[in-house]
Amino acid sequence: MFLSMNWISDFVDLSGLDKVKLINQFSLSTAEVENDIFFKGIDLKNIVVAEIKEVNDHPESKKLHLLKVDAGDGGLTDVVCGAPNVRVGMKTAFAKVGAKIGEIDITPRDLAGFTSYGMCCSEKELGISDSHEGIMEITDDVPNGTDLKEIYSIDDIIFEVDNKSLTNRPDLWSHYGIAREFAALAGRPLKALETADLMKYASLPSIDMKIEDPLCQRYSCLQVKNITRKVSPVNMRIRLYYCGMRAINFLADLTNYLMLEMGQPMHAFDSRKIEKIRIKRFDKPFTFKTLDGIDRDIDENTLMICNDNTPVAIAGIMGGLDSEIVDDTTCLTLESATFDAVSIRKSTVRLAHRTDASMRYEKCLDPELTVPAIARFVKLMQDFDCGAEVISSLTDEYAFHYDTVNLEFNKDFINRYTGIEISNETIVKTLTALGFGVENKVDDFKVQVPSWRATKDVTIKADIVEEITRIYGYDNFDINTALAPLYPVRAGIEKSVEDKIKDILVKRYSMHELHSYIWQYYDEYKNLGIEIEDNIKLVNATNPNIETIRKSIIPTQLCQIKTNTSAFSDMAVFEVGRIVDGLKADGLCDEKKKLAITVYSKTKSCEEIYFALRDILSVIADDIKHKELSFVKTEAVHSYKHPKNLNKIFCDGVELGEIGVVHPVVSKKIDKKANIVFAEIDINTFANLTNDSISYAEPSKFPEIDIDVTFVSDTFAPIREAVNEENSPLIKGLKLSDTYFDENGKSITVKILFSHPERTLTKDEVMVNVDSIIARLEKKNIFLKK
Amino acid sequence: MADKTSEIKQSFMAELSTVNEISELEAIKVKYLGKNGLITELMKDMKSLTPEEKKSFGQAVNVLKNEVSEIIGEKTEELKTRAILEEINKMQDFDISTPANTERGSYHPITLVQRQCETIFKSMGFTVEEYSEVVTDYECFESLNIPKHHPARDMQDTYYLENGQLLKSQTSAAQNAIYKKYKDNLINNGVPIKAIFPGRCFRNEATDACHENTFFQMEGVMVDKNISISNLIFFMKTMLSEVFQKDIKVRLRPGFFPFVEPGFELDISCLICGGEGCPSCKHSGWLELCPCGMIHPEVLKAGEIDPEEYTGFAFGLGLTRLAMMKYGVKDIRDLNSGNLKSLSQFTDDE
Repeated sequence: MFLSMNWISDFVDLSGLDKVKLINQFSLSTAEVENDIFFKGIDLKNIVVAEIKEVNDHPESKKLHLLKVDAGDGGLTDVVCGAPNVRVGMKTAFAKVGAKIGEIDITPRDLAGFTSYGMCCSEKELGISDSHEGIMEITDDVPNGTDLKEIYSIDDIIFEVDNKSLTNRPDLWSHYGIAREFAALAGRPLKALETADLMKYASLPSIDMKIEDPLCQRYSCLQVKNITRKVSPVNMRIRLYYCGMRAINFLADLTNYLMLEMGQPMHAFDSRKIEKIRIKRFDKPFTFKTLDGIDRDIDENTLMICNDNTPVAIAGIMGGLDSEIVDDTTCLTLESATFDAVSIRKSTVRLAHRTDASMRYEKCLDPELTVPAIARFVKLMQDFDCGAEVISSLTDEYAFHYDTVNLEFNKDFINRYTGIEISNETIVKTLTALGFGVENKVDDFKVQVPSWRATKDVTIKADIVEEITRIYGYDNFDINTALAPLYPVRAGIEKSVEDKIKDILVKRYSMHELHSYIWQYYDEYKNLGIEIEDNIKLVNATNPNIETIRKSIIPTQLCQIKTNTSAFSDMAVFEVGRIVDGLKADGLCDEKKKLAITVYSKTKSCEEIYFALRDILSVIADDIKHKELSFVKTEAVHSYKHPKNLNKIFCDGVELGEIGVVHPVVSKKIDKKANIVFAEIDINTFANLTNDSISYAEPSKFPEIDIDVTFVSDTFAPIREAVNEENSPLIKGLKLSDTYFDENGKSITVKILFSHPERTLTKDEVMVNVDSIIARLEKKNIFLKK
Repeated sequence: MADKTSEIKQSFMAELSTVNEISELEAIKVKYLGKNGLITELMKDMKSLTPEEKKSFGQAVNVLKNEVSEIIGEKTEELKTRAILEEINKMQDFDISTPANTERGSYHPITLVQRQCETIFKSMGFTVEEYSEVVTDYECFESLNIPKHHPARDMQDTYYLENGQLLKSQTSAAQNAIYKKYKDNLINNGVPIKAIFPGRCFRNEATDACHENTFFQMEGVMVDKNISISNLIFFMKTMLSEVFQKDIKVRLRPGFFPFVEPGFELDISCLICGGEGCPSCKHSGWLELCPCGMIHPEVLKAGEIDPEEYTGFAFGLGLTRLAMMKYGVKDIRDLNSGNLKSLSQFTDDE
């Protein structure tokens, strides 16, 4: 929203103050002002009113005219002018020799053989409108030679407030509301708006009007006739233009002017089209042509203004084409109303049509505003068009009243909230300036919130704190640390385990941490031949390719690996991220935090990287929890997983996740020659396992004995089991020495380590254990290699 | 007999002159001084001699023995020295100028920035909280004083799920749970609530270099009996000065967020120009950094904390934005791209 400093100054005397400084103060105390401040008229100098006394055709040019103008300096000035609208007797804006328009300094200038001593200007050249069809026509009765800036408010400071920063302040969608803020900031009084006395029309007939729907809070209207003025006063047009609106005609300009001045949207109907005003919704949808000529679909939730049963306007959004003011309109009905904010907002969303009016209604306008706005309208109308006549009494139905908001608080509350000392006088002065009713006895305050702040904005004591502090200025605050009792802070185990895992993977295993999206990417999965896993979906994703939430990070990680294959022959990446594993019994998402690792290699075998990954996971378990992992073969459910070597990972009997190889079909799409393995574990399940403390054992001073034994066995697991079952205090370890294949199948050589804390062991002693282990394995049909 | 000793010595010297290796010298040592060595054997011949002869012969053999031992000792040293020299000479000159192999892992830049922030807040006694990405309407809106039909719900384009839950659009969604988790300790034991919550947020919007549908924020709350606006400004200034490792100027402007009252937009003095005005701060000297404010009484109530007795502040810091500012990442989409050319550059940054 663009704001004019001149307009604001209509309501508060800011003379002698630095306006730019005030605007900055406004930005820090009220609402954000955009960086660019426009100094209108600063580049115009010496533009005067001049009358065209003679118009002669140029001998050689059809377009150019040779003028003699009276610029009020005693003689006539020769001017060459190309504008089509020149005529004798016309007054225009004239840039004399020595004048300045933007970057141009006016000097005597030869134009097609004649010298022009100055330039007649269009409104666009003067920067006061977009009109460039001809030179400006001045109809006001002012002496020639008058500086244009003396009669018109061309000099102005225009600043822009970000609409978004005004969403909670319906009162600031107007110059009068903004002026109130400036008055409070500058410590100067706010002037009352000059309005017409509507009581004098009380005896005139009223308008047939009825609110038939609670979505209309208040409807005020008045009939007027004989508005004959077509073009608005120059100053009004300049203000509208500076504030981003185009001047249309006097009536339309006046309603816009009122909206920018007071924040109250208004609408004028041709009275012939609206004899019985009814405000209601319709049971069935229909189409309605708005005054911009567009057919719009109206549904049963959209509030309409009707002439009995014929809709004539979409309430609070836009009027209808059919009831618009036309050339032969003599009598018009002026609407000034308030509607339910949520309903207006929803209707604009449905219609995908936002207007200056609807933007204001969405913010919860003050219903108290409708009648003063009409009174102000009548005042301005009569000021500028003396023939205009009011022909009805003010007709007003006030269906919904907001509650009056009264708040009580004491000084201590303000001190506690602010952490600084603000005097009672400052509190009273600030709130009063902002329109609040304030009663102050010693340190107790009773405050009545003004109606324009009471529609939703100020409802609680904390809102009062904001009013006081923002005007006080946050830059003026003493800042202090908080004094609070000291207690130990315990870090959550889940967060610290996550941090440790990241450190191990990055620092020890040179892995790269990645992030990826929480949904499955249909396109990218399809490229790799990965099926979308059925899971809960988004209902309003703008991109339909992302509607299903992921159940695992691995497929996305494979897509990310794919993007890196041209640059890296080997890579190991990981992500700690969240997935949804379907719904829980209570219908809520079963969200889990996972650690996903993918290892990709073109230089190492699948077995190598598979075991490397197994070892990394084991290191994590050992390092963080001092626990071992165990693995159980499982079947691949998802097609991107290789049917072989897929293992569930367990720790302490709790399932953590899976380790596996990527299915060759997918793997080959990523790279024909690479091996890819993955693992995914539930990181919070792991984090919440008990932490086995470090069990320190004094190392024996006596030598160890190690015995190598070779068994014919497919797996190592039963050997470990047998050694564990042996449960001898002398056994200190079991290592895999070798595995090999021959005609008997797979053989495994293990090294069993023995030691005693107090003496050197003999071989015979330890062989008792070894033989017992062999016997245990024989029972499981695992025999010594011959 | 004297002939014999000189004969042995001659043959020893002759053999010694051909020795080049320690192993050969060992063999000679055994041959002459070993248990059955030539010199040892000489002693055994002494049985047949007279006592006088024994004496002089014995002395001669001992002299020989000592002499030979000494020579062998010297030779051993010589050979060892020569071997070391050879080893030294054999060593190649390493080409230290070859490129170093610095293969190492990397953290995601968000992790780095998040850890830096966590470290600062932990040092001030804040807890670091964990929270889910899928939340309920109550957590994300209702408990934050954003009732149904509130315009703030339109401002944030939220991703909704089939079961009515949603992907959290702001880390403030964790506030209610944090209050409920710590309120008993606050009320019964007087322990202030000081918590930060870094987490991922989602907004249903089109992406470009500056906009992402997925990004990280860090929520911070502090609640106690007398927490004030003055404290809030202090904490924000201190925290941001630590994050950027320089004295940061901050300023507050009123900002509207339903879950704080008063609510603020916090600006910091431009990091590039220091407040003079430059293109990156659009010549204003300030950068808009994070929304903050005093926790709205309704929000405290929803967290079962009495707003008449307790006050608090909350802020939401854009971690993604911070990471981009800190490392000069220009395209926000790089962060989720998985592109290692970009992401592998972020090593430890403590």
